[in-house]
Amino acid sequence: MKPAPFDWHTPGSIEEALALKARFGEEARFLAGGQSLVPAMNFRVAQPAVLVDLNRVVGLDAILAEADGTLSIGAMARNARVERDATAGNHPILAEALHEVAHPQIRNRGTLGGNLSHADPASEMPAVMLALDARFVLRSARGARDMPAASFFLAPLTTALEPDEMLAEIRIPALPRGAGTAFLEVARRRGDYAMMGVAAMVARDADGVCTAARLAFCSAGPTPMLAPRASAALVGTRLTEADIAAAADLARQEVEPMGSVQASPAYQRHLAGVVAARALRLAWERAA
Amino acid sequence: MSRIPVTVTVNGVAHRREVEPRLLLSDFLRHELGLTGTHVGCEHGVCGACTIRLDGAPVRSCLIFAVQADGHAIATVEGLAPTRGTLSVLQQAFQDAHGLQCGYCTPGILMTVSAFLEETPDPSEEEVRHALSGNLCRCTGYQHIVDAVLLAARRLREAR
Amino acid sequence: METRHIGRPLTRNEDPRLLTGRALFVDDVELPGMLHAAFLRSPHAHAEIRAVDTAAAKARAGVLAVITADDLGEYWKPGPLLVPPPPIAGMTFRQRCQVPLAKGVVRHLGEPIVMVVAESRYVAEDALGDIVVDYAPLPVVGDLEAAVAPASPRVHPDLPDNIAAEVVQRKGDYAAARARAAHVIRRRFLYDRGASIPMETRGIVAAWDGKADRLTVWDTTQAPVVIRNGLAAMLGLSERQVRVIAPFIGGGFGPKMMMFYPEEVLVPWIALRLERPVKWIEDRLEHFTATTHERGQIHEAEIALDAEGRVLGVRDEFLMDTGAYNPYGLTVPLNSQCTLLNCYDIAAYESRFRAVYTNRTLVTPYRGAGRQHGVFVMERLMDAAARVVGLDRIEIRRRNLIPPDRFPYRNEIIFQDFAPLTYDSGNYAPILGKALDAIGYDRFVAEEQPKARAEGRHLGLGLVMYVEGTGIGPYEGAKVRVQSSGKVTLATGIGTQGQGHFTAFAQVVAEQLGVDPRDVEVTTGDTDQFDWGVGTFASRGAVVAGAATHGAATAVRAKILKAAAEHFECAEADLVLEEGKVSIAGVPERHITLGALAQLANPLRGAVKPGTEPGLEATSYFGPEMGATAAGAHAMVIELDAETMRPTILRYVVVHDCGTVLNPLILAGQVQGGVAQGIGNAFFEQLAWTEDGQLLNASLADYLIPTALDVPRMEVLHTETPSPLNPLGTKGAGEGGAIPVGALFAQAIEDALDLPARGIEVTEIPLSPSRLWEIAHGDG
Ligand SMILES: Cc1cc2nc3c(=O)[nH]c(=O)nc-3n(C[C@H](O)[C@H](O)[C@H](O)COP(=O)(O)OP(=O)(O)OC[C@H]3O[C@@H](n4cnc5c(N)ncnc54)[C@H](O)[C@@H]3O)c2cc1C
Ligand code: FES
Ligand code: FES
Repeated sequence: MKPAPFDWHTPGSIEEALALKARFGEEARFLAGGQSLVPAMNFRVAQPAVLVDLNRVVGLDAILAEADGTLSIGAMARNARVERDATAGNHPILAEALHEVAHPQIRNRGTLGGNLSHADPASEMPAVMLALDARFVLRSARGARDMPAASFFLAPLTTALEPDEMLAEIRIPALPRGAGTAFLEVARRRGDYAMMGVAAMVARDADGVCTAARLAFCSAGPTPMLAPRASAALVGTRLTEADIAAAADLARQEVEPMGSVQASPAYQRHLAGVVAARALRLAWERAA
Repeated sequence: MSRIPVTVTVNGVAHRREVEPRLLLSDFLRHELGLTGTHVGCEHGVCGACTIRLDGAPVRSCLIFAVQADGHAIATVEGLAPTRGTLSVLQQAFQDAHGLQCGYCTPGILMTVSAFLEETPDPSEEEVRHALSGNLCRCTGYQHIVDAVLLAARRLREAR
Repeated sequence: METRHIGRPLTRNEDPRLLTGRALFVDDVELPGMLHAAFLRSPHAHAEIRAVDTAAAKARAGVLAVITADDLGEYWKPGPLLVPPPPIAGMTFRQRCQVPLAKGVVRHLGEPIVMVVAESRYVAEDALGDIVVDYAPLPVVGDLEAAVAPASPRVHPDLPDNIAAEVVQRKGDYAAARARAAHVIRRRFLYDRGASIPMETRGIVAAWDGKADRLTVWDTTQAPVVIRNGLAAMLGLSERQVRVIAPFIGGGFGPKMMMFYPEEVLVPWIALRLERPVKWIEDRLEHFTATTHERGQIHEAEIALDAEGRVLGVRDEFLMDTGAYNPYGLTVPLNSQCTLLNCYDIAAYESRFRAVYTNRTLVTPYRGAGRQHGVFVMERLMDAAARVVGLDRIEIRRRNLIPPDRFPYRNEIIFQDFAPLTYDSGNYAPILGKALDAIGYDRFVAEEQPKARAEGRHLGLGLVMYVEGTGIGPYEGAKVRVQSSGKVTLATGIGTQGQGHFTAFAQVVAEQLGVDPRDVEVTTGDTDQFDWGVGTFASRGAVVAGAATHGAATAVRAKILKAAAEHFECAEADLVLEEGKVSIAGVPERHITLGALAQLANPLRGAVKPGTEPGLEATSYFGPEMGATAAGAHAMVIELDAETMRPTILRYVVVHDCGTVLNPLILAGQVQGGVAQGIGNAFFEQLAWTEDGQLLNASLADYLIPTALDVPRMEVLHTETPSPLNPLGTKGAGEGGAIPVGALFAQAIEDALDLPARGIEVTEIPLSPSRLWEIAHGDG
């Protein structure tokens, strides 16, 4: 389990990094935390000819709160830092979900941008991004574009990134007024990818009526999945146990789990209802 | 294949070598520098045997290329004891509580725990188990490892 | 027995080296000019090899050798049959052992086809990518029951079918017992494959020293002496010319035994040919298919009871997956067969097994080595029987325990050590009693569980019993010597993989010689230090090598006293041997240190007296007439999340009787480690295969071994019934922790969900939340 040979480039600036990627295209991969890419290289399932190492790029790891409440996270911000960062703390679901992502030693190295670019459908953070309605800024030597998280994930391990593009920044809008969030998953062991996981956001008004809801699942299909019908069904309710059960039921129907070594699709579907109900209760309580 | 110069400080000592970019840091430490205390159990980031501290933070040395460590400071198990022939408080606690059997997982666990106890000097058993959850041990069933960490934490607190 | 050192929780002598990163493991061996091997392995479970093209690999810079089966010439031979089957009347046994490199056909995933030797492991792996093999896939034999069907494709076409062995053993008259029975209960049980996954994979370094005319081999083996003898014979060298060192080993658990794995046979061979040191370290991906597995069995079992719940007889018939080859003979299925009767007094038993060749990795013993299957079947039958008879699950066990006055207890059938299965000693009721108290059985049943149920929580209790045949022969030896420094050395032939031999054996020596155990330097696993013996397996190290150590230390003690009596011109009876010196009783100022005495025993002038040998040294061997039987009970309370089917273990109790305890600290560690592996086996670990024989979870991310959060705190209690079979009274303790956990989980989960009330039983291992969810929803 030793990686195949490659050429290694360590750009110091974003521009340099983008120029290298433009030059080498599909031949090259960005190396972020390496916590998904290097295992794949050690197994030789990935054999990139060129690595463009982002670890020495300046200015790609900032975590900032903007005036309108948007949280901006640079792609190279390490997961351990995002987990602890006070600014990112305005979105407690980030730390709550990151806590389930691997182990501290992996999070010390792995980056949020790398995690999202890897686009593992079992991964927690893509689902969180969907629930938070985040937007991603993609950059290339040609320029920049941004897109909603929901458009970024196309298929397992496949994103909307063009061969010359980098995920540069994650932009998370302020939560709606009166919002509460929760992340919950069922995994075999701590730190494993989830058999089923859900990121939930619900908002309530002063009268205790739900004004907004977003449920997004991981390990529920080929990409992270929103459950629009379950989410819509909650708006206007008071999230009574019956409302939650009805939404969980819808969610169970909306997910498209593919099954894995650890879980049959039927069990995963069942779990979708379980975690949805539990996360909704928790998020609603937090919204109070 | 091109070789790239790297200078890495390991346990306070600077080492300079020229290496292929693909050389894993774990192999660099073990086979270039002869620091074989860092063990390798999976080379895909799961077992934790290769855990070292990179600029203080515990990380998997099997998932970093040696060239990436250029200019960084690394701590390995060989640097834990204050002097040759003695044991650190943490190491001593592992002996006293029988926190190791074959000892293969031990260096990675010590490096993980040394960082953990700096951040969490008075941990609960639950916290200790969480901190250990990224290091696999196949021999001990963990109980004596947990005991060793709690013992070390107590002794370190008392020494302060 | 009044002891000074035996039985003390001494911390370990070997730890400082391990804790500071200075212990030598095989991959730590670095030699000038060393080359690195890598193996091209079959990506198919079963295929014909039509052609192998190695030209590009040979041409790659840095590659020194590319070896196929054809290049091996005369050296290409199937490996040895390591454990010949015991003589059991009427049995069938068809030996097929693994070959060093596949020739013409591959029979399991990961079977090696080509060996590459290069300047680095990185380059060796590059060269593997250059090799082109033309495979024609063959039908795969995977499913055990399909494998024994007449129409099944065959793993070895020269055999009439896939049956590797068939054995029937009987005790008493089962048919008569059944005819008398008030209840006969029949069940089918499944136990699936798993892997031992030591944290260190296998590895080997071989170096030929032309000047010394010697080969040195560092090997992750549990049996260095056997490997030394075998390699010498294969390579045409004398035993003197081969030194095998099993240095520190990162966990063994069985599969690192005396396998003569292909790599173990090939790396020394190529090192000799190239006259350069060669290293091969198995990587984790290789480990999943190239290191042996264990566990797959299917049982159809029947228990016959009288109206009071006394077991009249048991009948069992099982299939056992032995993989593509079976160098270990009948060891695993015989263990299952012989452990099934467990700690119960059962007059009639009829058992038939068939070991079946499949296109899967070889099966050899892994901690428990088939014992857990037997225990699983018996304990599950007991639970089912309790319900049918209308007894409490504890009461039915109590009624059937072998009473203490029946030892030695004979089960009549033949055990893996070739001797009729006999339990040497035991006292089982106190074990059960202690477990009940410690887990709080009565309170759980009367209060805790009803209260939890009322709150909608699902608490379940499990309590099962087991026996463990340990400490089998043939023999081990030990050499003890007092050095002129006063320190004592001990050498044995076994390897050590974390069992604390450096300390426990030091305690045995210190006990006799009155020295500090810290002053006893133990060497294990180096054939230059000691080269008789068999190895560390079947929980035999502490028992057999421990007894040999005791014998050698006792002999040295006698030499010390004799020499000191001559020195002081007094009677031996007047001497006191303690704290590293011999003194005259009542006259402590008249003393001589052991070091000085050792020097006297090695005179530089004059001569040793006729008839005496120089030195304070003795070698002793011990071979038990049969294995010693340890026993125990495990109990646990779990809480099950009935929605997710995830269990949380709230309490875990082990009561263990392994005879005399040498070191309770080390013993507790062994037991706890065993339980952790048992939990893995029962709940986390399962190799997942596709129909065409691919392994879906060959990584530590997907094959789940328990973490610190999955293994609970355990309370380990002991009872001590010494074994009459060896002078120390010890029984083995290496495997007991792992054996009963499957049965325990099954019972506790049934209890938590009250499954039997719905007519559902748990009859398989391993379980997973997903599988449990199916079972609980009637999809058994
Ligand atoms: C033992 C273990 C357990 C794990 N468990 C989990 C888990 O439970 N949940 C989970 O979500 N993850 C888990 N991971 C994966 C981990 O979170 C990784 O850190 C993460 O998936 C990838 O982040 P990285 O920064 O390490 O990216 P890398 O591994 O460096 O890169 C991953 C991929 O993304 C590309 N890439 C990286 N950055 C960019 C960028 N800015 N723009 C474009 N492309 C980019 C790379 O080229 C590569 O293809 C686990 C990993 C390990 C080793
Ligand atoms: S060897 Fe690095 S985590 Fe296992
Ligand atoms: S002590 Fe052997 S793996 Fe932990």
